[in-house]
Amino acid sequence: MSVMVDIRSVHKSFGPLEVLKGIDLAVGAGEVTVILGPSGSGKSTLLRTINHLEKVDRGAITVDGALVGYRRAGDKLHELREREVLKQRTRIGFVFQNFNLFPHLTVLDNIIEAPVSALRRPRAEAVDGARRLLARVGLADKADAYPRQLSGGQQQRVAIARALALEPKLLLFDEPTSALDPELVGEVLDVIKDLARQGTTMIVVTHEIGFAREVADTVVFMDEGRIVEQGTPGEVLDAPREARTRAFLSKVL
Amino acid sequence: MSSDTLAKAAAPAPPEPADILRIVPQRRYGQWTAAVAVLALLGFAVNSVLRNEAFQWDVVAQYLTTDSVLRGLWLTLWLTAVVMALGFALGALLAAARLSANPVLRAVSWGYVWLFRSIPILVQLLLWFNIGALYPQILGVKTVDLLGPVTVAVIGLTLHEAAYAAEVVRAGILSVDRGQIEAAQALGLSRWRRWWRIVLPQAMRSIVPPAANMLIGTLKGTSIVSVIAVSDLLFSAQLIYHRTYQVIPLLMVATIWYTVVTSVLGVGQYYVERHFARGAGRTR
Repeated sequence: MSVMVDIRSVHKSFGPLEVLKGIDLAVGAGEVTVILGPSGSGKSTLLRTINHLEKVDRGAITVDGALVGYRRAGDKLHELREREVLKQRTRIGFVFQNFNLFPHLTVLDNIIEAPVSALRRPRAEAVDGARRLLARVGLADKADAYPRQLSGGQQQRVAIARALALEPKLLLFDEPTSALDPELVGEVLDVIKDLARQGTTMIVVTHEIGFAREVADTVVFMDEGRIVEQGTPGEVLDAPREARTRAFLSKVL
Repeated sequence: MSSDTLAKAAAPAPPEPADILRIVPQRRYGQWTAAVAVLALLGFAVNSVLRNEAFQWDVVAQYLTTDSVLRGLWLTLWLTAVVMALGFALGALLAAARLSANPVLRAVSWGYVWLFRSIPILVQLLLWFNIGALYPQILGVKTVDLLGPVTVAVIGLTLHEAAYAAEVVRAGILSVDRGQIEAAQALGLSRWRRWWRIVLPQAMRSIVPPAANMLIGTLKGTSIVSVIAVSDLLFSAQLIYHRTYQVIPLLMVATIWYTVVTSVLGVGQYYVERHFARGAGRTR
């Protein structure tokens, strides 16, 4: 199986605080990786380094064989120009905890914005694609609504459709259900599960243990900027080797 | 209070069905008294304005649309428009500089705002008007010929306005959630597109009300250029009353025109605000 994401000894500090202390992680194409861990463990930061929303201090990340954010020349990594980084990002979908839909644009305009302006797709083609995606997330009738007229769960489904509109090779989810009312979590997880079944490569940071058990190929447990352990859901969730993993799971289960 | 006492307090419920009870609103005698007093005062004021011969309303009517007054009004209008346009263009650049990652740009922008907010506009206009004392020639041209009163008015007001516009624009940009920019970056939108399509339209909601305030302030503030003999609305009125001594009627002419234009701008503001409130679900 080919490797889609390859993370090698990634370090990241915010001022004096080191939030990533050397992360190594490989994600195979078509796999679903779920990252668990307490707040402040660095899992969101790790996710954000994968599409260069955060720059790494040390180490390297490749997505589909291409270095993210840098160009290698000998032993040096030269930072790419913003335009090149933006181009890389169009192949990596990102779904935020707080949706971050554009409130002044309709649902349809939210979805076609990137295909039209970043990929230079003809508008009509982008609109067709957007309507198909909306149907796929069960919101075909909401194309002309504004984000604020939708429930949190609906907004997050639109945000997923918006990420899919770029036809990314990789989808990153940063706690996609943490800002939702409990009864709305299910509808969003259903959409993500559906994507998983269709073989989309995904990395999901979440607190939903049940979701991890059902969907993940690999579960990664992080704490204090390090990967404590990783393995299949059966290994990590049901028979954790590390005491810290057991302590965390006993609190959230 | 424990649930026990709550239950006891609720226990003696009215035996009859509650829908026979009639609700009587509180009597607001104070409101009535205040309204009557204010209306009386207002009536007294209007009456005195209309009955006071010294207002000379016939003279007001005579000069309201006279050529020199309309020319003055026109100058006031285009001066306001030019100053607002240039002031906001410069202000937007200053705001961008202030929010940039470059410490030199940030410091220069801060310094500009500090300096031009510190100098009273009247002082600034007089300084620019007398700049020839510092630089008798600019590029081989006599400064007095290069910088006539109208040019001085445009330069002085624009530099003054830009300092305030910079803060208004900066506040607007800061009001846009950081997540909006991140989402746009994650979608691969170019810097230009992020600015024009995502940040600015959302910032406009916070920019428009203070900008409209500034526009109205500038409209009336341009009357200050009468001190350097620019024939704006006020100066045109002054020219007439210096000749005819009908001071109050001509000040009324200027007052009426300023009021009319301000009212029109207020209506415009309503529609602009409504435009930028799209998707906000709240327009007030």
